[in-house]
Amino acid sequence: MSSQIITDFVSGMLKTDVPDFQPGDTIKVAVRIIEGDKERIQDYVGVCIRRKGSGISESFTVRRVSYGVGMERVFPLHSPKVDKIEIVRRGRVRRAKLYYLRDLRGKKARITERKTLTASAKAAQRAENDAKSSAK
Amino acid sequence: MSLGLIGKKLGMSQIFDKDGKLVPVTFIQAGPCFVLQRKTKDSDGYEAVQLGYGDKKEKNVTKPLLGHLKKAGAPVLRVIREFRFDGANGSTAPAEVPEVGQTVDVDLFKEGDHVDVVGVSKGRGFASPIKRWHVSRGPETHGSMYHRRAGSQGASSYPSRTWKNKKGAGHMGDARSTALNLVVVGTDKERNLIMVRGSVPGFNNGFLMIRPTVRLRKATRQAMLEATRADRAAAMGKANPMKASKKKVGK
Repeated sequence: MSSQIITDFVSGMLKTDVPDFQPGDTIKVAVRIIEGDKERIQDYVGVCIRRKGSGISESFTVRRVSYGVGMERVFPLHSPKVDKIEIVRRGRVRRAKLYYLRDLRGKKARITERKTLTASAKAAQRAENDAKSSAK
Repeated sequence: MSLGLIGKKLGMSQIFDKDGKLVPVTFIQAGPCFVLQRKTKDSDGYEAVQLGYGDKKEKNVTKPLLGHLKKAGAPVLRVIREFRFDGANGSTAPAEVPEVGQTVDVDLFKEGDHVDVVGVSKGRGFASPIKRWHVSRGPETHGSMYHRRAGSQGASSYPSRTWKNKKGAGHMGDARSTALNLVVVGTDKERNLIMVRGSVPGFNNGFLMIRPTVRLRKATRQAMLEATRADRAAAMGKANPMKASKKKVGK
């Protein structure tokens, strides 16, 4: 219920190149890290277990298990520190928040790969195909 | 109250700052405020300026007020407030005193400034001491019959009355309230916006006054702290100061 003026102001700060990823997808997040006066990019790969919020406040949580220890990082989606998001593998899940993964480990914590595309992904693909055919 | 602005609270959102940190901000549409009257020591006994802001229908304004507005060459305004700057209540004189007929806008403040925001807090109606004074509540179960009651009103034989200022139920909110020492995160001249870190009193679309903070000491201390932190960060980037001193000792 925020004012239109705020929405207009904030919309200019949003990223436009965010891929269409969902909870269940394995993603690679390129994180900018500042060490002293140097800046480098570190990749963080894991399963997206939640997307939360909307607009500039949208965030997502990436879970990974490294050396047997579960680790979750929450990223603001539009943060300048999140350089790039890449989808490694799409997963088929039946809920929006995958908190149940926290209690599972090993083979039980697997997520089956999604072969069929979601409606929005289909639309994007169709638009791409249309663009290609019109270019021809 | 030093020279400030009158504005309207639009609502809250978040913004990424220079370091990429997500900062909670309140958006305030402030100004342009029309200068309606200049009060001086000679004419009124103190130094102040009267500002006006907001739209109002002409038919809803009394004729004397309309005359007052016309005299200053201002449109019909909804809110009129006075900003005093002769040292009373920690007020300071602005660098440039605006004259009648001029306007004051968001250029008055810039990023990093510390401001106070005055508004009218949200009304809570007749509220019990738990909400109004944060007194603790009784147990919910285990046979307790003491749930949200006000508690003891005082001792018996002495003083045989309730002490003054005993925390009781009563009207809460809907009163003038000031959020002190907020940091200006940014301004937008085109849209007349000021973004202030944190929350401010009142509902969205409520009218606010924004002024340079009276907690200047705290503001300057914070500025100093940030400066030293920046220095330290710069030093860290070049060389470890501990190691540097060791080298000198060795030589």
